Amino acid sequence: MKQEAIRLENVTKSFDGIEDVLYSVSMTVEKNEFFTLLGPSGCGKTTILRIIGGFEKPTDGNVFFDGKKINDLPPNKRKLNTVFQRYALFPHMNVYENIAFGLRVQKTDDATIDARVTEMLELVELSGYEKRAVTSLSGGQQQRVAIARALAVKPEVLLLDEPLGALDLKMRKEMQIELKKIQRCLGITFIYVTHDQEEALTMSDKIVVLKNGVIQQMGTPIDIYNEPENAFVADFIGESNILSGTMVHDKLVNFMERDFVCVDSGFGENKPVEVVIRPEDIKIVPPDDGMLKGKVESITFKGVHYEMIIDAKGYKWMVHSTMHPLQGADAGMDILPDDIHIMEVQH
Amino acid sequence: MKKSMAAFHYIVWMVIFTVVPMLLILGYSLIEVTDNGVIHLTLDYIRKCFEPIYLQIIAFSFYTAILCTALCLVIGYPIAIILAGDSFKHKNTLIFLLLAPMWMNFLLRTYSWLTLLERNGLINRLLTLLGLPNHSILYTTGSVMLGMVYNFLPFMILPIYSVVSKIDSNLIEAANDLGASKWNIFRKITLPMSIQGVFSGIVMVFMPAVTTFVITRLLGGGQKEMIGNVIEQQFIVSGDWSFGSALSALLMVVILVCISFSNRKGTAEKGERGALI
Repeated sequence: MKQEAIRLENVTKSFDGIEDVLYSVSMTVEKNEFFTLLGPSGCGKTTILRIIGGFEKPTDGNVFFDGKKINDLPPNKRKLNTVFQRYALFPHMNVYENIAFGLRVQKTDDATIDARVTEMLELVELSGYEKRAVTSLSGGQQQRVAIARALAVKPEVLLLDEPLGALDLKMRKEMQIELKKIQRCLGITFIYVTHDQEEALTMSDKIVVLKNGVIQQMGTPIDIYNEPENAFVADFIGESNILSGTMVHDKLVNFMERDFVCVDSGFGENKPVEVVIRPEDIKIVPPDDGMLKGKVESITFKGVHYEMIIDAKGYKWMVHSTMHPLQGADAGMDILPDDIHIMEVQH
Repeated sequence: MKKSMAAFHYIVWMVIFTVVPMLLILGYSLIEVTDNGVIHLTLDYIRKCFEPIYLQIIAFSFYTAILCTALCLVIGYPIAIILAGDSFKHKNTLIFLLLAPMWMNFLLRTYSWLTLLERNGLINRLLTLLGLPNHSILYTTGSVMLGMVYNFLPFMILPIYSVVSKIDSNLIEAANDLGASKWNIFRKITLPMSIQGVFSGIVMVFMPAVTTFVITRLLGGGQKEMIGNVIEQQFIVSGDWSFGSALSALLMVVILVCISFSNRKGTAEKGERGALI
């Protein structure tokens, strides 16, 4: 049975009354969910997190926690904790005292604090670091202390503001897996802010894609990747070929001076649309057998596959394939109806 | 290599204007020039420093300076915290008001208190106007203390302000997020993190306070002497450079011990963090 943890209702935020940073954002975060706010910088994702955390008040709209309105509740009265972007560890305290901070404020007895800190250090694999100065730790270790500190007070919801942004790629991958493990193991709700689409796809149960303070799409990683609702989402989540076309009628679209069978309907007849095709959904075939014909302009080896730029009638297609024709040669391209995604033209 | 080259000029400068004069003072305190111009080494002047009358004056100077430092801390700390806070709107105005008197000459500032506090001064005239009895405010320990606190207060506020305003606002938010109330945030974050600034402030107020002779002379009227006055007299009035130097040297040693102690304690608490000394 799914239960709601956090709900935002038409939340709007403007600073100094000038411009809306968030515009009528509504969303529901369910209990025990790994919920990700994804978007480019300046899209308002951190502002949403700060509103949930209590550091900013919404200009308009309401925030609910367990069904209760918490608009005016200060951060120290909310049963949720934040892992800050740049860790925000207390430099004058050692690792132990940092983790114990929240418990000490609650006037927990020493024995309980001791047990809890030890448990948290085990969870983030930093046992034995109790007496270390936080300033002597590496970025990854500081991150773990920050997570342990936030979790020590047993929050119902953990807010994470681009917590892995400052780590190198390898460390980031490790921490992604670890965070997911921690979230499953504790069974609490995580609300995660990131601009890294791959990170969002890997870790999340649900993703909200934001642009300029407006929700673009909300759904599971698979939904968002396979069925992007607009060209922005398609482009932001992975790479895409985006073309303008015309919907001839249901399940038939025209682009590149040719009709293609597709699976979408409901756009009307002879309406301009945007067509999104993923680079990996294009099949390379002999030049004259394909639906489209183009000239291979460049080939880049990417490890798992080759990335090609194929020029067909002036549009430069990005194609991912495990085999490739010669550079400068002609190539044919086939696209299955399933892989043609039709979107309304954005205004 | 380049760095040490760049520092070279400053080292020369310091040697000429700091190290050499200090050595001269030490030298003077250890020699005696007899009437026929013969110079010989002696420990008499150092010994003279330890006579009860001078020890008493040194003790009184330290007492006064400590009291002045404590008052500056009590008055200055809250001001520094308020100044460093985000919520305070008139921050720049207040900083300006704090710094404006420092543009004026130190003597002038102290003289101006004279006209306020004297028997026919502004304050007493105001009291008369209100039908209240006059008070002799000037030439008391109170007026000296007032002058000292007034002159040295900015040196307490500024280092504390500079340290506190550098505290990352994320730390305050993190503490708040973890359940700390405003008071707990102050007690557990702001206060311990401001200690370095407090140490700097203490040193910067205590040092000029313990050696001052202008304020005691102008506002104390020579009633209560501090060690600065005694040293001044040795050089200006008695012409006893050796004894003046000996007292200066002793004072220097005592201050150095105090500073090195507070510095060690300060750095042990928390690294550099923008402290002034």
